[in-house]
Amino acid sequence: MAVAAVQRRLVIRADALQRVLAFGALIVLIFIFSLASPNFLQFNNIVGILLATAVNGVLAIGVTFVIITGGIDLSVGTVMTFSAVIAGEVITVGQMPVPLGILAGLLAGGFAGFVNGILIAKLKIPPFIATLGMLNVARGLALVISGVKPIYFNDTPEFNSIAMGNVIPAIEIPNAVLILFAAAIIASLVLNRTILGRYTFALGSNEEAARLSGVNVDRWKIAVYTLTGLFSGLAGILIASRLNSAQPALGQGYELDAIAAAVIGGTSLNGGEGSILGTIIGAFIISTLTNGLRILSVPQEWQIVVTGAIVILAVYLDVVRRRKK
Amino acid sequence: MRFKQLSLLVVGLLIAVLLASCGNSTNTTAAQPVATTASVAGATTASVAGATTASAAGATTASAAGATTAAGQAGAAAATGSQPYIPIISKGFQHQFWQAVKAGAEKGAKDFNARITFEGPETETQVDKQIEMLQAALDKKPQAICLAALDSKAVAPLLQKAKAANIPVIGFDSGVDSDIPVTTVATDNLAAAALAADKMAALMGDKGEVALVVHDQTSRTGIDRRDGFLNQMKSKHPNITIVDTQYGGGDQLKSTDLTKAIIQSHPNVKGIFGANEGSIIGVLNGVKELKKEGQIFVIGYDSGKQQIDAIKAGTESGAVTQDPIGIGYKCVESAVKALKGETLPKSIDTGFHWYDKTNVEAADIKPLLYQ
Repeated sequence: MAVAAVQRRLVIRADALQRVLAFGALIVLIFIFSLASPNFLQFNNIVGILLATAVNGVLAIGVTFVIITGGIDLSVGTVMTFSAVIAGEVITVGQMPVPLGILAGLLAGGFAGFVNGILIAKLKIPPFIATLGMLNVARGLALVISGVKPIYFNDTPEFNSIAMGNVIPAIEIPNAVLILFAAAIIASLVLNRTILGRYTFALGSNEEAARLSGVNVDRWKIAVYTLTGLFSGLAGILIASRLNSAQPALGQGYELDAIAAAVIGGTSLNGGEGSILGTIIGAFIISTLTNGLRILSVPQEWQIVVTGAIVILAVYLDVVRRRKK
Repeated sequence: MRFKQLSLLVVGLLIAVLLASCGNSTNTTAAQPVATTASVAGATTASVAGATTASAAGATTASAAGATTAAGQAGAAAATGSQPYIPIISKGFQHQFWQAVKAGAEKGAKDFNARITFEGPETETQVDKQIEMLQAALDKKPQAICLAALDSKAVAPLLQKAKAANIPVIGFDSGVDSDIPVTTVATDNLAAAALAADKMAALMGDKGEVALVVHDQTSRTGIDRRDGFLNQMKSKHPNITIVDTQYGGGDQLKSTDLTKAIIQSHPNVKGIFGANEGSIIGVLNGVKELKKEGQIFVIGYDSGKQQIDAIKAGTESGAVTQDPIGIGYKCVESAVKALKGETLPKSIDTGFHWYDKTNVEAADIKPLLYQ
């Protein structure tokens, strides 16, 4: 990761500075916590941090796309839950094979994202409001479909191994972590190497200019929200797999952690700037901080205060950077 | 054109809502004539007049163009007017525990011929939402109310209102610091958590390190279970040290991660107590992910499928269960008794029980557990 950060610094991009800062902050955090407690820098704990990042990291990757377009998606957390419930219903009630359930979960997330896209692009509802509506719709539907009951995957032990198994038996890193990195690489490629990625930035930099130059703005916007929904669906599979159950009441509040991760990583809430690498670093900062403060047995009230302060600091850096330009 | 269609739709909806609410008001004891007229572009006109007397023999007249289903609903609601209406305001509805309370209340409603509604805020910190629900319930002029107050002081003014309107209030789940509730149907959480502490101490041979994963530090149940456990350890088991108390909001995933952090920072921890269902599921997950099953004693609260399975498998030593179905049932029973003018004891303890591998299937325990 250090090598990647150095390379990025050479490429002069507007948000690179914040990414370097964020990465530096992560290193400093790890350094401080390692000094403060001998229990911090241990293999088990590092795996714990990686695993704790998985769900929020995948959600944050998804939300990074819409934030770069200058939009927002508040529904990622509950769409995640909705997807988990759909996967659970298909596998346990529908008695379908696990891969079909996974597919159904992903599609459910993608569909919710698609609806968000339609609401925003076609019906011109502001993203904040449209996705706030979706937040509640998805949350309610998750409860309705599940009958306000958790769905357990006890009859399909392979479902649990999606997140908790070890594809590479030699190193004991759970699959969820590998899935997070795979998702990050794919998202990075989509963002930097495809037309979808290019238009994601174009929409955020100057939507009107994109429209005038003949870009079908509505269509690409719908595509971006659908992509975000797909990542929420993936997060849904991960959380259900890790908990070995689809918990219908979960999810609210997860969107804020995801947005915080993207912002800490240098994605600008004004749109047009951001990177997947930055978001992943941001997600790691949040989980490292939470884990480290817990290891040090800092009272929980203060853990919340510190996390909030870090987000404010990150946004402030963003503002300072902007003013300089 | 589009605007016109939309406004027609909105007005149609409004009429339906008005009719439905008139239907509800026929259950009230106070005579309350309602007349509403709505018209749009001269196309749709609806006028509703609902008048009820103290005997609840309501007379409802409704005429609405294109809103016959709503009128039907109003009629149906009037027909059930003879049953007392008892809204139940709980602390939540999403957790299995509250679903079990609800099931008990529904059974009580059936046995004692009452009509109930069951609602509660999403989390146990939403005191404001609960107050709104209580206010709305009072506005429906019910015969009695069952309330599990999140914050007993915050609801005090509304309880005064209920008293002024002669609506008996039945408290449940945790006490209300007020003499207005005619009775309180609840579990003694302090004593229940103390029992969990005794069991934990016995498992650990009365010495070693213990940690707690609690749902939150502000709700009554969170505070009582934490303090019940801590105080019992301090006074009765001085050789046991409490190394950490963390709060996971009852969120299974967060509780998992924080359990792992606890074990990481206190490698010698020998026992962990999870203070509600979400917390204990997190504890079980965390212990499992670190492959510490069998090395750390785990004690939980309430039930739920995952916890019952863990107890049967031996990864969880046991748990304290309340009687959620009994709480719901007794609540409705007490409300009906209060309406009949019967005197009730100031508090009704529905009890708590320890269960583990040996008695999880026993006849006196099994009915208390929900899956």
